[in-house]
Amino acid sequence: MIGLPFVYTIAGLMFAAFAGLSAVDRTNRKRVGNAAFWGLMAVSFIAGDALGDLGNGLLVLGLVALAGVGALGRGAPVTTTIEGRRAEAGARGNRLFIPALIIPLTALAGTLLLADIGVGGAPLIDPKQLTLVSLGFGVLIALAAAMAWLRPPALAPLQEGRRLIDSVGWAAVLPQMLAALGAVFALAGVGAVVGDLVGGVIPDGSRLAAVAAYTVGMALFTMVMGNAFAAFPVMTAAVGLPLVVRQFGGDPAIVAAIGMLAGFCGTLMTPMAANFNIVPAALLDLKDRNGVIKAQIGTALPLLVANTLLMYGLAF
Amino acid sequence: MLVLSGIAVVVVGFLLRLNPLLVVTVAALVTGLAGGLDLPTVIAAFGKAFNDNRYVSIIWIVLPVIGLLERHGLQERARQVIGGVKAATVGRLLIVYLLFRQVTAAIGLHSIAGHAQTVRPLVAPMTEAAAENKHGDIDADTRDEVKAYAAATDNVGVFFGEDIFIAMSSILLIKGFLESNGIIVTPLSLSVWAIPTAIVAFVIHGFRLLLLDRKLAHGAKAAR
Repeated sequence: MIGLPFVYTIAGLMFAAFAGLSAVDRTNRKRVGNAAFWGLMAVSFIAGDALGDLGNGLLVLGLVALAGVGALGRGAPVTTTIEGRRAEAGARGNRLFIPALIIPLTALAGTLLLADIGVGGAPLIDPKQLTLVSLGFGVLIALAAAMAWLRPPALAPLQEGRRLIDSVGWAAVLPQMLAALGAVFALAGVGAVVGDLVGGVIPDGSRLAAVAAYTVGMALFTMVMGNAFAAFPVMTAAVGLPLVVRQFGGDPAIVAAIGMLAGFCGTLMTPMAANFNIVPAALLDLKDRNGVIKAQIGTALPLLVANTLLMYGLAF
Repeated sequence: MLVLSGIAVVVVGFLLRLNPLLVVTVAALVTGLAGGLDLPTVIAAFGKAFNDNRYVSIIWIVLPVIGLLERHGLQERARQVIGGVKAATVGRLLIVYLLFRQVTAAIGLHSIAGHAQTVRPLVAPMTEAAAENKHGDIDADTRDEVKAYAAATDNVGVFFGEDIFIAMSSILLIKGFLESNGIIVTPLSLSVWAIPTAIVAFVIHGFRLLLLDRKLAHGAKAAR
């Protein structure tokens, strides 16, 4: 059965190539740091399951130490010039979009079509990981198509990939690290403590106050956790269910659905939601790491108010 | 109460603009220690969680394809396409993308676009081209602002579209949570209530994008 290990192997080999190419990149003064950082990522993806929990923990500390002391630089692999790109864009036309579109279309087609294909009774592809496995296939197909059409030097995709990953830098692992932090929070019982605290400070009596405490609480706790999924069970158990649903009689489906969306307003306003807010700032070379968040606050705050009013108006 | 010290570490660390990887790791260690675990156990727990969450980072496997296409002019082509559409403004272009992102996410296609797959190679260069079309040369800060809005529009679109899809993980999380509290709901009864917020999100963010157009026009006039 083809599952996540297949995709992890692709990622591991890619990071190993980034590490190797970084190590010999004389344009990067900090090439040893880059090689070590992407090398550790390669080890994690290829051999993570064999390292043991403590081994993985030490690997993470290694990544953090490299990032913390500023050991990563930016490689500058040889690439094409702006003028050359402009001319090639004009000559190749809109067909340039096709390989880029192969990836999502394969992911979509695989998700829809490969579910029932089996070999000897067992499914060919892990049904729980269909989209991610299909994404892996999509990347390989797109890469093969682009290589056959564009005929670049053999190492070009890996060098260009390295150029992009170096522009993201350590932020590339931040989302995964934050997901791991959430797991440690859960293990230590942080959610229950926050729930007790919030549940204790809400004044009785006003339905609007209860609704607002839930929606604003969802947004705030999401900002701290970086993830509405982590905030939802805590805030809904502490405020949403006991107060808004049980005491005031709100419809649980509406309260929970809009409560989650109130949390998403928090996601728009926090650097903790790194994959949505910090990674794109790095990918787009913004000077201000919080530039994306600043562009979102003006939407997030009125939308949080709107969610509060929607819940107040629709759930009762 | 002591287990909340990790949250304090996160907030203080981000305010002091320390390296976020460092902040997150210290927060995890402090939280585990405050929760009564010893240091090797905390490190092991953090390592296990890191390993279990590797799927979060696999989106980076698209980079070699995107980088290769950029080498052959993908971003420039995106600019040329928008450069040929005289009616294109930053705001109108991003409103179309916002709608596209909300509608596709609502039918379960949230992963067909994203910051690495579409915003960097296509949407951001297209919005920059639209800004240059309408307002001539733009300064570096304006360029950054326009690109930031491209990323923001992707986020708003996917966040307030995806919950309309009944098999979305957040919908399944809500259903599972309510069920464990003795409340049975169907995914559809949850996802229809994501529609009002989706409409309001489109109106609010779309309005802000039109305001951005006006602001860009004023900035261009002032510069002349």
